[in-house]
Amino acid sequence: MTTQIGRVRGLGSAHAGAHHWWHQKITAGTNVLLVVWLLASIARLPAYDYTTVRLWLHSMWAAVPMVLLIASVFYHFRLGLQVVIEDYAHKENRFVMMILLNVFTAAAAAIAIVSILKVAFGAAA
Amino acid sequence: MATRPDRPRSPHLFSGPLALHYRWSPAMAASIFHRVTGDGMATVGTALLVWWLAAIAAGPDAYAAFLNVFTHADGGLNPIGWVVGVALTWAVFQHMMSGIRHLVMDTGAAFELKTNRTLAALTFVASVLLTAAFWLYLGIK
Repeated sequence: MTTQIGRVRGLGSAHAGAHHWWHQKITAGTNVLLVVWLLASIARLPAYDYTTVRLWLHSMWAAVPMVLLIASVFYHFRLGLQVVIEDYAHKENRFVMMILLNVFTAAAAAIAIVSILKVAFGAAA
Repeated sequence: MATRPDRPRSPHLFSGPLALHYRWSPAMAASIFHRVTGDGMATVGTALLVWWLAAIAAGPDAYAAFLNVFTHADGGLNPIGWVVGVALTWAVFQHMMSGIRHLVMDTGAAFELKTNRTLAALTFVASVLLTAAFWLYLGIK
């Protein structure tokens, strides 16, 4: 249930369309939190050798925010690259580029998330 | 032949085909760098982040192959590591600062000419300072 003014706000005659802008803003906010967390975590790691980095990602305290970061950042860049494609590509090119963008985002996200989970659920050492 | 009347001229930046018939402003720079840094992180940054995560998951050999591209044998960064590392962290901070500027402007604030210019210029000051602070911290810790 929404009030009439609430229903009208942000909705043109298509009754939709603000979601792209709104989702970009929401993920911008979550990106700030998650990227600051990643930069701080990387900066505070004692070393960057395989054992240290793997042990860090094995912890749920790193794996959970890392999966959230992939979801938030990748959705955000997919929305952003969509705008770039809409600015510079037209007709058939735009159609092909949009499909490639979705495939690229989905493939990259799948590799990243499965990698994180594999380390998180793998043996400790 | 009549002499040319003294007409005002566009403030163009270059002559010939490179002529830019406008004055470059901090807001224009913030705008284009927001897009450039966003595109760079979405392509190069994504590839490196996914490669790094996949290498950690794949094991010591794959991780060594990743590290070898960016570091010397003694563990210190090589030229590729320095360029990619500093460029990516600067891109993160620049995009973050101009992104925060966008969130401020979404509230309807900071559209007055002077405030707008100042805020746009500040995104560059902040991103350079934050990048320097990040690498100084890595260096001295």
